[in-house]
Amino acid sequence: MRALTRGLLGVAGFLVVWELFGRSALVPAEYLPPPSVVAVELLKLLVDEAFLRDVIATVLALLIAVGLSVGIAVPLGLVLGSVASVRHATRAVVEFLRPIPSVALIPLAMVLLGIGPETKITLAVYAAIWPILFNTIYALDELDPLLVETARAFGTGRLRVLVSVALPSALPFVLTGIRLAATTSLVVVVSVELLAGGSGGIGQFIGDARSGAGRMDIVLAGTVVAGVIGYLLNEGLERAQRRWVGWSSVTGGRS
Amino acid sequence: MTAMLEVADLGHTYQAKDGAHTAIADLSFTVGTGELVCVVGPSGCGKSTLLRTISGLIRPTRGEISLHGNEVRGVPDDLAVVFQDYSRSLFPWLTVQKNVEFPLRRSLGRAERRARAAEALEWVGLSDADRKYPWQLSGGMQQRVAIARALAYRPALLLMDEPFASVDAQTRFELEDLLLKVRTEQDTTVLVVTHDIDESVYLGDRILVLSTSPASVVADLKVDLPAQRDQITTRESEAFVALRAEVARLLNVGKTSEEVKARRKANEQQAAKWAEAERAETERAEVSRDEAEERATT
Repeated sequence: MRALTRGLLGVAGFLVVWELFGRSALVPAEYLPPPSVVAVELLKLLVDEAFLRDVIATVLALLIAVGLSVGIAVPLGLVLGSVASVRHATRAVVEFLRPIPSVALIPLAMVLLGIGPETKITLAVYAAIWPILFNTIYALDELDPLLVETARAFGTGRLRVLVSVALPSALPFVLTGIRLAATTSLVVVVSVELLAGGSGGIGQFIGDARSGAGRMDIVLAGTVVAGVIGYLLNEGLERAQRRWVGWSSVTGGRS
Repeated sequence: MTAMLEVADLGHTYQAKDGAHTAIADLSFTVGTGELVCVVGPSGCGKSTLLRTISGLIRPTRGEISLHGNEVRGVPDDLAVVFQDYSRSLFPWLTVQKNVEFPLRRSLGRAERRARAAEALEWVGLSDADRKYPWQLSGGMQQRVAIARALAYRPALLLMDEPFASVDAQTRFELEDLLLKVRTEQDTTVLVVTHDIDESVYLGDRILVLSTSPASVVADLKVDLPAQRDQITTRESEAFVALRAEVARLLNVGKTSEEVKARRKANEQQAAKWAEAERAETERAEVSRDEAEERATT
């Protein structure tokens, strides 16, 4: 409760500073409208059907992207993490691909995939795969050899060891990877919407509000919504993590 | 008495970068059905290697091991191991009950697994802890879970690797008595590897004394103590005291001549080398921790 109170105090403090800054003569009010003005726009948007459609488009793209990344990166991580030769063979390619910013691939993706939702989903997946993949590989590296020996001494086969020992043991790390990936995906999805347009979503909404009417109050209201989505996503995944893999924090963060 | 375990001319040599290290030279012994045999030897003499070869986790470079007449190639179906480090051999994401059920998942249906787990937990006096997680229990209780898990598997041979070395003295006494109780009740054949001379005398029907590395059997002693043992009266009995002195003499304990010291030091260095070779043999290498961490966070 105390933590919640403190958190709310922090938010309130931030809003006060923003309000004062917005109302001062330091910046023109139309560039940085104060939160009282933004809040009014925000309330209007929350009952605006077109905006809600955009929110749904963004969230849906985000969920699909995270789901696909998990589906690709976890099995891939299990293979790369347990077969050293494959990991060595793919190292150069991985090290080349990983640092490329997703946003730099927008032109390529648009040429290949057009401007539909596939583009932003693909680019979000591209960015989200890495944290999940590396966390899975890292978790397998940290796998306690004695757990594996215990399972093997009871006649557990290699594949079963992977599924019923390595995977659960890696789960805390994998979930952390997914949490990082979800936030990254949100950034990429909104960026692609904003820069490429054409597929709706909060990003495109913000872009339109800025370039059309120059309504910074609406732009900021949309931005706040994007921020809230990111916050809820992270919070939800953190809770899931505490609930499902609470054991990992009590065993001294061993896994 | 029929032989449950037969080890004949066993030898194992690890290949390491700077040459080969022979952990076990020429080891032969048998364990009869229903017997409890303790293997005691100086640290680094190859006890763990012996245990790993018997359990089929590594293949010996020489010799033969057979379990009730069948040669051990790969992990035998009816063998269970209790490791020293209970905190790392129990699965932290599974409850006590699920941990005990783990080795049964392959062969038994759900109801039977549950019944077996409940039974084994009762043997070790942990019926109330079935829904707890291992990390919610004390060290001694965790090791009892590991014992229950091994017993639930109904192994033909129960192997124990320094099983009570990581608990306090009081708990060790309790666990020793617990082991003696369940092995009598369940008629289990047990091979205990230990470095504790007193423990080997207290627990064993027989004691195999190993030499310094490379290990071979120096003596095979019968423990002439009544089957019913007691932590106080057994330990103060003449037979107990005489036997522990004999084992100690065979192990050169307490002698501090320069020769012995030098040999011991050489042994410890050897042991460290093997540990390394062993690790190299059993573990997948690389991607340093920092590297992976750094990647994961970018």
